[in-house]
Amino acid sequence: MSFLEIKDLKVHYPIRGGFFHTIQDYTYAVDGVDLSIDEGKTYGLIGESGSGKTTIGKTIVGLEKPTSGKILYNGQTVNSKRARKKLGYNKEVQMIFQDVFSSLDPRKKVIDIIAEPLRNYENLTKEEERKKVLELLNIVGMPGDSLYKYPHEFSGGQRQRIGIARAIALNPKLIVADEPVSALDLSVQAQVLNYLKKIQKEFNLSYLFISHDLGVVKHMCDYIYIMHRGRFVEAGTREDIYNNPIHIYTRRLIAAIPEIDVKNKEKYYMIRKKVEEEYNNYSSLFYDEDGKVFDLIQISDTHYVAIKDKEALKNVENNIA
Amino acid sequence: MEAEKILEVKDLHVAFRFQDKYYDAVDGVDFTLKRNEIFAIVGESGCGKSTIVNSIVGLHDKNFTRVSGEIIYDNANIANYSEEEFNKIRGRHIGFIFQDPLASLNPLHKIGKQIEEPLIYHTDLDKNQREERVLELLNQVGINNPKRVVNQFPHELSGGMRQRVLIAIALSCKPNIIIADEPTTALDVTIQAQILDLLTDLQKEIDAGIILITHDLGVVAQMADRVAVMYAGQFVEVANAEELFDNPLHPYTRSLLQSIPQSDSLGKDLHVIRGMVPSLRNLPRKGCRFAPRIQWIPESEHEENPELREVSKGHFVRCTCWKNFHFEDEGGN
Amino acid sequence: MWKTILRRVLLMIPQLFILSIIVFALGKAMPGDPFTGLITPDMDPAVIERLREEAGLNDPIPVQYKNWIVRILRDGDFGRSYTYKMPVTKLIGKRAANTLWLSLLTVILTYLIAIPLGIYAGRYNGSKFDKAVMVYNFISYAIPRFILGLLLLLFFGYRLKWVPTTGSVDLGLEPGTLDYFLSRLHHMILPAITSAILGTIGIVQYLRNEIIDAKTQDYVKTARSKGVPTNKVYTHHIFRNSLLPIAAFFGFTITGLLGGSVFIETIFTYPGMGELFVSAISSRDYSVINSLVLLFGFLTLLGSLLSDIIMTIVDPRIRIE
Repeated sequence: MSFLEIKDLKVHYPIRGGFFHTIQDYTYAVDGVDLSIDEGKTYGLIGESGSGKTTIGKTIVGLEKPTSGKILYNGQTVNSKRARKKLGYNKEVQMIFQDVFSSLDPRKKVIDIIAEPLRNYENLTKEEERKKVLELLNIVGMPGDSLYKYPHEFSGGQRQRIGIARAIALNPKLIVADEPVSALDLSVQAQVLNYLKKIQKEFNLSYLFISHDLGVVKHMCDYIYIMHRGRFVEAGTREDIYNNPIHIYTRRLIAAIPEIDVKNKEKYYMIRKKVEEEYNNYSSLFYDEDGKVFDLIQISDTHYVAIKDKEALKNVENNIA
Repeated sequence: MEAEKILEVKDLHVAFRFQDKYYDAVDGVDFTLKRNEIFAIVGESGCGKSTIVNSIVGLHDKNFTRVSGEIIYDNANIANYSEEEFNKIRGRHIGFIFQDPLASLNPLHKIGKQIEEPLIYHTDLDKNQREERVLELLNQVGINNPKRVVNQFPHELSGGMRQRVLIAIALSCKPNIIIADEPTTALDVTIQAQILDLLTDLQKEIDAGIILITHDLGVVAQMADRVAVMYAGQFVEVANAEELFDNPLHPYTRSLLQSIPQSDSLGKDLHVIRGMVPSLRNLPRKGCRFAPRIQWIPESEHEENPELREVSKGHFVRCTCWKNFHFEDEGGN
Repeated sequence: MWKTILRRVLLMIPQLFILSIIVFALGKAMPGDPFTGLITPDMDPAVIERLREEAGLNDPIPVQYKNWIVRILRDGDFGRSYTYKMPVTKLIGKRAANTLWLSLLTVILTYLIAIPLGIYAGRYNGSKFDKAVMVYNFISYAIPRFILGLLLLLFFGYRLKWVPTTGSVDLGLEPGTLDYFLSRLHHMILPAITSAILGTIGIVQYLRNEIIDAKTQDYVKTARSKGVPTNKVYTHHIFRNSLLPIAAFFGFTITGLLGGSVFIETIFTYPGMGELFVSAISSRDYSVINSLVLLFGFLTLLGSLLSDIIMTIVDPRIRIE
């Protein structure tokens, strides 16, 4: 059952100009997306930089104001600050960021960083608070003596784990994770991903996992949204997206993953060239004259593709997919 | 026929100064680069991979860095060349491609001028010839409207275009060596693929050797002919790309490969390497540097002074600990 | 770009209008009026009262304001100076030329001193020269403007008698002759040097830091990697990029000079706008004060517009449309 639903969300930024500095046009950062989040699932949001994926994440946690559309939490709108407060929404939805260096206040000790949300929402005694923070540190595999240290005393991976501990302090239902491992080295990345999975099981958390790394998303996510130019071009389960990608943009993304498969490198090279050709030849089936992505069409129980019409779909299925 | 060696690095040490003491960030690195090959150096941040290539072209801060060992290019040891001497090699014999294409281009100069610059200092071409060469280079790196691009500024181009411009700069004087330091890390994955394919295509035309620095094993697999895996200032394994991925031997290489999310990792935990990369000042200077991170392997498996040894043709591994290595959860054999 | 400049100029109108109200109100809020100083025990209060009535000083304040503005806009009449008994425009016109010349000389000297110092200190930072420049900077920072002015005046003017201690030109010289020009220069040189010494501080410091910063920029690394000779790296890449903010600051420098002229001209009894301003305040010469403040305000706005224009010329990343 979805506890969070997003309906026709649009976030437009005005571009000002002209003689009276009036609004000339808009940047369509997010231009009409629907998304729903079930308990205990992980959703991937993939796209290139500037595709609007981070804007969606920020809008969900209330850091960005929607231009239009609805965010429904258990069926109730949480577009306004007041509604979010009344429904306790801010407690339930937390965010972790890519930039672990600047998302933690360098002048605060770990205990103060992690306890901050507790202090805002729960009345704990000093001792209770300390116990709770220790417990949280334990969950993300950090030693208890971290309590009174400062962020700069930790490595990037440890800092990200502190960020995670802070995010789960209030037992949220959803964590929006914006590129949480992009800045980390491979071996550290693995550790953070493992903790995210472990915590998910323990708390029945949902994740909205925003990333450009298709390998990581594949590993983490049950359901994936591919985003391009502010809209979803394809949505489906992991299998739908990786085994049966339909949209040329998705196909291009997947072809671009550098596979660890030296023997077939020539083959991958050829595939990339072929996909690039498809991208140029078939773009009119997937984008209208203004370059806007078409609306999603359902093609199976779980799989949606943004394509011109059913006919175009057939055309594509016969020729490229 | 054995390909021509164009660069030879012997026992390279690069040390950084902290409060009057020098610490080796690169600690005894040897390799050769052959014409027409892509040699990749892969490792995690801080392992010293960028330090190697910076010292090859003298781009390090000479006030805080000490380079020793030999870097042999064209029969001369260039390791301790002066800035003036390096200026005759850089741009002309060795081209350099950087990670962040926006920051790496001068925001106030037009693209044409930035590509032309090495031609001014290294060739006898006159103004018109240089302009022609710039257009030719832009064509070569796949920019469709070079006449327009030469008059644009960096901020007017997309990330992928900018990286193409940097590649054009590196190629401008037909160098023998191209060093690409994380050339696609700052780019989106689709652009990354385009740039890597471009480098592959160019590789066939330009008759140079490429040193590719990256942290991405996928990029290595798709690009490299030969690979060196680097850990804490040293190469721990060197092999042909195919051999390295088919038959990784050193515990660090094996661990890294295990920690990549791949199709067969679905539903499983990823492998995590225990402990942390030691900081430069706390590097173990004796024994196997990876030993603290595989503590379940008995000390007797390690060498006292681990060396890089050839274990099969062209496949080098440091230390002896690889022979009986097993992952912690696999149990001994 | 022309459109923007025009818009900015038009925007000045309401800004100046608001400024004029404030200026007028503040002037009225000051105790006393031009005739207060005339009062002596044997003066008939009725005469003073008649003078006040004639000057319109007994009208309601809004009426006075209206009369003042209407005269300015309709006749370009800024009123008469009560103390100098001449039209304000004529008075200020003479003084403005003096201040303009002094400012011009100051600007030239400032950049002549600051740019080489900043460039050398930045290029060879950590060297003895750099340290000397830093010491110079700290000292000139610590010395208040008027004290430096008085010290220089005492030493070069009264002790050594190298320069005149008052006025803007020797008497009895024919304007347009070389002697006249040299005499003016002679009168200006000490105030200009005083002003310039203090004006350099910010620029030297800023330029030095910009250069040190630029040296570590990636594009400088690129330039070096191309084999560009070190000197050319500095002239083509580092200096130009570092001078950019200085150039952009030029407009504000001018504004700063106007403020500074109040001190400098008073100390050196140099007959410019600053000196006029101070004496007008002490004699409650409203029409002069109001006109000068309006003029200063106008020049400040002009200075910031100038800065913006320079910025768009020197930095291709900034384009105003």
